[in-house]
Amino acid sequence: MWERIWEIVRKEVLQSMRENKTRLTLFLPPLIQLVIFGYAVNLDLEHTRIAWMDMDRTPQSRELGSAFAASRYFEVVATPDSEQQVQELMDRGRVQAVIRVLPGFARDIQRGETAAVQILVEGTNSNTASLVSNYANLVVAGFAAQVGADQQRLKIMARAPDGPVSGSLPSVTTQSRVWFNPEMRSRNYFIPGTVVNILMSVTLMLTALGLVREKEIGTMEQLMVTPIRPVELMIGKMVPFAMVGLVDLILVTTGAVLLFEVPLRGSLPLLLVSSLLFLMSSLGVGLFISTVSQTQQQAMISSFFFSMPAFMLSGFTFPIENMPAAIQALSYLNPVRYFMEIVRGIFLKGSGVSALWPQMLVLGVYGVAILGLSAWRFHKRLD
Amino acid sequence: MSLRRTIAVARKEGRHILRDPRSLGMALAVPVLMLLLFGMALSLDVDKIPIMIFDSDQTAKSRELIQQFRGSRYFQIVGYTDNYEAIENAIDRNEIRLAVVIPPDYSRLISSGRQASVQLLVDGSDSNTASIAMGYAESVVRLYSAELRTEGQNRKAGSSGSSQAAPPVNPLLRVWYNSRLESKNYVVPGLIAVILMIIGSVLTSMTIAREWEMGTMEQLLSTPLRPTELVLGKMLAYFLVGMVDLAISIACAVYVFGVPLRGSVLLLIATSCLFLLGTLFWGIYLSAVTKTQLAAYQLAMLSSFLPAFMLSGFVYAIESMPAPIQAFSHLVSARYFVTILKGIFLKGVGLEVLWVDTLFLTVYATVVFFLATRKLKQKIV
Repeated sequence: MWERIWEIVRKEVLQSMRENKTRLTLFLPPLIQLVIFGYAVNLDLEHTRIAWMDMDRTPQSRELGSAFAASRYFEVVATPDSEQQVQELMDRGRVQAVIRVLPGFARDIQRGETAAVQILVEGTNSNTASLVSNYANLVVAGFAAQVGADQQRLKIMARAPDGPVSGSLPSVTTQSRVWFNPEMRSRNYFIPGTVVNILMSVTLMLTALGLVREKEIGTMEQLMVTPIRPVELMIGKMVPFAMVGLVDLILVTTGAVLLFEVPLRGSLPLLLVSSLLFLMSSLGVGLFISTVSQTQQQAMISSFFFSMPAFMLSGFTFPIENMPAAIQALSYLNPVRYFMEIVRGIFLKGSGVSALWPQMLVLGVYGVAILGLSAWRFHKRLD
Repeated sequence: MSLRRTIAVARKEGRHILRDPRSLGMALAVPVLMLLLFGMALSLDVDKIPIMIFDSDQTAKSRELIQQFRGSRYFQIVGYTDNYEAIENAIDRNEIRLAVVIPPDYSRLISSGRQASVQLLVDGSDSNTASIAMGYAESVVRLYSAELRTEGQNRKAGSSGSSQAAPPVNPLLRVWYNSRLESKNYVVPGLIAVILMIIGSVLTSMTIAREWEMGTMEQLLSTPLRPTELVLGKMLAYFLVGMVDLAISIACAVYVFGVPLRGSVLLLIATSCLFLLGTLFWGIYLSAVTKTQLAAYQLAMLSSFLPAFMLSGFVYAIESMPAPIQAFSHLVSARYFVTILKGIFLKGVGLEVLWVDTLFLTVYATVVFFLATRKLKQKIV
């Protein structure tokens, strides 16, 4: 039996490696995907374009303006003079926010009243908008703290012109420490996710299409009249796909570490073992699709419409905890979700089996169940 | 070129689509499902961030601060602890995003009028959620600190009567176009572009590649049909499918998700037509280049779906990308269409702002049309 399986594996590998074009389609798209995802998928904000509108024109307002100009989050690209220009800038999306200092800003500060700064945020992308408003608040708060401190010093000096400066006020500050990703690079979070996506899309598509193609061309019947049994045929067909998947995984992981400097803190063997667990599910789904499709087109569309939601609902960009409860519950059925957690845990947190065993267990159970069901269907259709 | 022959091709193609219920279902039902599922599920809005509190001060003052976190709608306290190990474990297991540690000398420092500092431990692996969570936590602490100062000041200045209640500078935040900062308001319009892209390029290129694979293309070519008529005829059928999808998507966006449609519906439909034409021609071009379904699919995914998703500014801001990728994104038609969609839906602007993007879509469709017909002609000869 093993001999026959080995023969099929050999035939498949030879067949797919013979053509230049096939070799390229196996290994080039994953790399292109890695590069596009690696460079494009980025939710960090730096040098956000803002407009500065100073209607007060006093030393104080200019000081606030330079606080914004000095911040690494902002870049002042326009200084509108009128309401109409502000409208124009926002409508055309030239700036993400307009900071407007109203007349009387310096006067209010000197009188000890609250001076107001308007921050108009372009809200079309709510995520960017909330980051921008956070950072803008931070800059204003820094400025306010400085102004407040100056005022206090003045007041205390006025009250006790020759005495020691006393009577400071209580305050609370924060000290943030960021774990696992101290520079908060979103790339470190997204690229491990890309590894998952590539492994899934390659193996799923190959399995589904490879098997349906033999059906379409009629070579499946030829294989059936040989002494090869369906189980052997199935194993022999899937081993090469799994191998391609693992090679792609290593390729993409190497690219992630060398090209994008994503830290790989956990163990590589653990990554490979959990990839094997995940491959059972993705090959199983591919096999299942091949049993329900008659043509390559159907197989392709079906695998696209499986992998797309599976990927989007895996927590890749959009955190699962933000989804409505019903969809969160649904996502427990999604094998990609668990693999995503494992891969990110291994890459970023350096987690080991002790933290990841629940996810690995679920992947194993899903893999056996999906593969078993599909194998049973595959067998039945061949008899 | 004859209109009659073009329409004949379109009718033939339409019959093909209608006869295969699976393709029709895929072309019509799946976009709606995608829009509904993703529109509901995809959100980057951060609220109810799970946090843990480590209060090593255990005084009335520290509990006051904890109360601030409990009262905030952005946080949900999932546990209290008295050691760092529990925090580490919880972060490792993804149970919390952030931990607030109150130092033992917290209340002593505050009552002696000095500065106390609260430690925030953040799980940075999801940097986006992390920085939003950190921003919220900082502003909770900042607000509380301002309150404390005011209290202290009032106590000190109590005798003189001049109350200095307010902080010296106050940011007044106003958000335009999407005042409640809801993700769905930009995810749903962006999805419309992605859906049209899938219908236009992926489905079209595959169906035509199929004709090459089955050999029926040769049959068509032996008729007096000219390449231009063939391209236009095929396209017309899928154009209708795309328009139906568009109508369903707009209706879903407005009536199911309540996305505001502030601009002109007419302009929306006209620009969508332009975009759809461009993607359809691209699909035809791809199918003429590749001839096999597998290759057509892979090329269509890499050249249309992926850029529409990644490089259009739909989710990921183009300004944050490196310069070469930004330059490349100018070649992605979805980029212009997403700008138009956001402009019409959320900003309510018209052609006076969007004419550049509209012009580009027109140029793109024309160029790709000529590319596609030329490629087909080359193939035939």
